[in-house]
Amino acid sequence: MTSSITTEQIFQLLSGIPDPEIPVINIIDLGILRDVKWDGETCTVVITPTYSGCPAMKVIEDDIRILLKGIGIEKVKVDLVYTPAWTTDWISDEAKEKLRAYGIAPPEHSSVDKGLLTGKVRHLKCPQCNSENVSMISQFGSTACKALYRCNDCKEPFDYFKCI
Amino acid sequence: MTIQEAKFQYLLRLGDSSLIIGHRLSEWCGSGPILEEDIALINIALDFVGNATAILGYAATVEGNGRTEDDLAFLRSEREFRNLLITEQPNGDYASTITRQFLYDVYTYYLYEALKSSKDETIAALAEKSHKEITYHLRHTTEWMYRLGDGTEESHERMQNAMNDLWMFTGELFDMDEVDATLIKEGIAPDLNTIKEKWEAHVKPVIAEATLQIPSYNFKQKGSREGKHSEHLGFLLAEMQSVHRSFPGAKW
Repeated sequence: MTSSITTEQIFQLLSGIPDPEIPVINIIDLGILRDVKWDGETCTVVITPTYSGCPAMKVIEDDIRILLKGIGIEKVKVDLVYTPAWTTDWISDEAKEKLRAYGIAPPEHSSVDKGLLTGKVRHLKCPQCNSENVSMISQFGSTACKALYRCNDCKEPFDYFKCI
Repeated sequence: MTIQEAKFQYLLRLGDSSLIIGHRLSEWCGSGPILEEDIALINIALDFVGNATAILGYAATVEGNGRTEDDLAFLRSEREFRNLLITEQPNGDYASTITRQFLYDVYTYYLYEALKSSKDETIAALAEKSHKEITYHLRHTTEWMYRLGDGTEESHERMQNAMNDLWMFTGELFDMDEVDATLIKEGIAPDLNTIKEKWEAHVKPVIAEATLQIPSYNFKQKGSREGKHSEHLGFLLAEMQSVHRSFPGAKW
């Protein structure tokens, strides 16, 4: 009975699980959900953490279990994998737009990141007014994956989703 | 020494160092000098504790005695810990915390960079992940080295005092024994002499630009490889392990 649910259907269902810290994007948008497999009667869901200590992982794991149990899948296994290491490049373009609309400057491509780390490249835009005249307040924002910036034109502080 | 024994010991060294420095940094929670720094240090602490969870979890798997990462973190005594001495040194003032973190961040930056090409796939994967995070830690502490070292008269003096106190713990970062030899031969761990060259080439110019001096003494404290710690680790463990030991087997 349970195995009549295809992995595609499970992917579809899991797309309803939001990131607990940034509820406008889901775990597929974010690239956290890596795989869904059937192993006999057991449904194995493979996820990868954004940051080693990301506290959201535990919540996401629980959300996956609750959702799959709720549709009658009794045996659920959630595997946490570290390889390949998660990168912000996996965040879909659509999700980046959702981030921007939510007030978080989305990550640029990670190849641009080296320039950012050395402070030589200025490529961020304020998610409120699109100004590039921004300055960093702190490299570490409200969560490990974000840095805190301020727009020098509209004066609004904003989060930037760091490239890793 | 078998490869399995060496790997278990090596993973304890990596995992314990991350756990202890992560715990130290977490002590700043709610008492950082400014809000942004409070948040930054706690984010960094979180990265280290997350890294420790993964590495000690793998250590438990390698050991194969049914222990978990929680058993290793909360049910071992001081002499069984293998964290580097520098990681257990007290936070002191902000100058001490930043100096300790800078010296250690440069070390982990090059160590984890090398571990990315470990022949052990799990270690390589964890290193790949952590190295991205360490890059941010290092940038943060480097900025503070300049800001405080080349800052006011008082900040400079505090930074120099911190450097004088902590420099003696940098020698054992590069100590190698049978554990290292066994794993170097297998391509699992890097030769720490190569890390030492990179570490020195990196820290020296930063210390100079921060207008600080490397202490002239040659004495280097060591002992963590054999579980011989400074007096500070016992107090840290007493606090860190108290909940787990008071409620054995408790689960969140």
